[in-house]
Amino acid sequence: MFKKFTKEDVHTRTNVKSSVQRALKSKFVSQFEKLESVIDEIIPKKSAVELLKCEDKIQLYIVDDEVVFFQQFDELIPSIKIVQKYPDAFPSVKVDRGAIKFVLSGANIMCPGLTSPGAGLPDAPGYEKEKIVAIYAEGKEHALAIGKLIMSTEDIKSINKGIGIELVHYLGDGLWNFQAD
Amino acid sequence: MTEVIQPKEVLYCGVCSFPPEYCEFGASFKKCKLWLDENDQELFNKLYSDEALATATSSLSIEKQEKIEKDLQKKQAKEEAKQERELQKKLQSKVILKRIERTKRKHAIAISGLEVFEIDMKKLAKTFASKFATGCSVTKNAEKKEEIIVQGDVGDAIEVYITGLLKEKGLLDIKVEQIEEKKKKKPTTPAIPPQ
Repeated sequence: MFKKFTKEDVHTRTNVKSSVQRALKSKFVSQFEKLESVIDEIIPKKSAVELLKCEDKIQLYIVDDEVVFFQQFDELIPSIKIVQKYPDAFPSVKVDRGAIKFVLSGANIMCPGLTSPGAGLPDAPGYEKEKIVAIYAEGKEHALAIGKLIMSTEDIKSINKGIGIELVHYLGDGLWNFQAD
Repeated sequence: MTEVIQPKEVLYCGVCSFPPEYCEFGASFKKCKLWLDENDQELFNKLYSDEALATATSSLSIEKQEKIEKDLQKKQAKEEAKQERELQKKLQSKVILKRIERTKRKHAIAISGLEVFEIDMKKLAKTFASKFATGCSVTKNAEKKEEIIVQGDVGDAIEVYITGLLKEKGLLDIKVEQIEEKKKKKPTTPAIPPQ
């Protein structure tokens, strides 16, 4: 989504009303329940959240010049910096070492990269499809990408073919390098 | 449901902005390695000791590993060459301040050659406008390149300002040159003799 993303793709920049901000926060928490205790740290009550409307109906939400989360359709997706800061709050999967290179150049993640010995998927029942997951890598501590499951994790294990996760946001993409000032 | 999650401090590489463990996949691995060596010895030892390298590569077959390594090296070499080229280009180019005569004793200054240095033209124009209290705008010149036009004879002040600006960016030997453009005299059209 953000393979090519620059300042020119931002159309408007506005402040978000505090009532909308409250709604956003509760929505974000309802999506990622473990964030409940820290949501006030991510978005402090008095802070001004800014909304950047961009190309392709992408909307970025910014606090203190840092992208906190974004949305294209309905669901909110956290930025990698937030995921790396609160790693336990988000569902996660792990890819093997061979896949890192491709993920970092923006490729969708194929099932074999998730099922090989170095990789890791959650135990059954796992995650439903369409879920937003943080992607970790074999031997690495931090997340390297955010993706959306195209198959449920159980399907990935059983079918083991084709695209398993659609990559949304990764280290070094346009959003990662985006500076909001 | 009320377990408190502590925020995790993540160190980011000063060269490529990734967390250091991913530097090896970036385009400037060598520089990143140097940076980490200087800034966080502990992590450096953890990531680049022989032991760590051995465990990291153990799960892949050797041929595959070699191939990936080769690809990465190629990419890195390419990126380095690119950066080198860009630096050369920056060093060679110069900024030109053209003094344009508008009417008698009134001048405008056109600044061109700035686009190489990654300077936000619009912002700079705004700064000039408030600094010199004049009109200042960004326009496209004859070669379809952007230039800044400042109203008023402020060439010397601008020269000082731009050299300062480039110095801040670490570019010391950039030429800032002032030239003058005389207003062309209108070619006198021969009067058409009345018939």
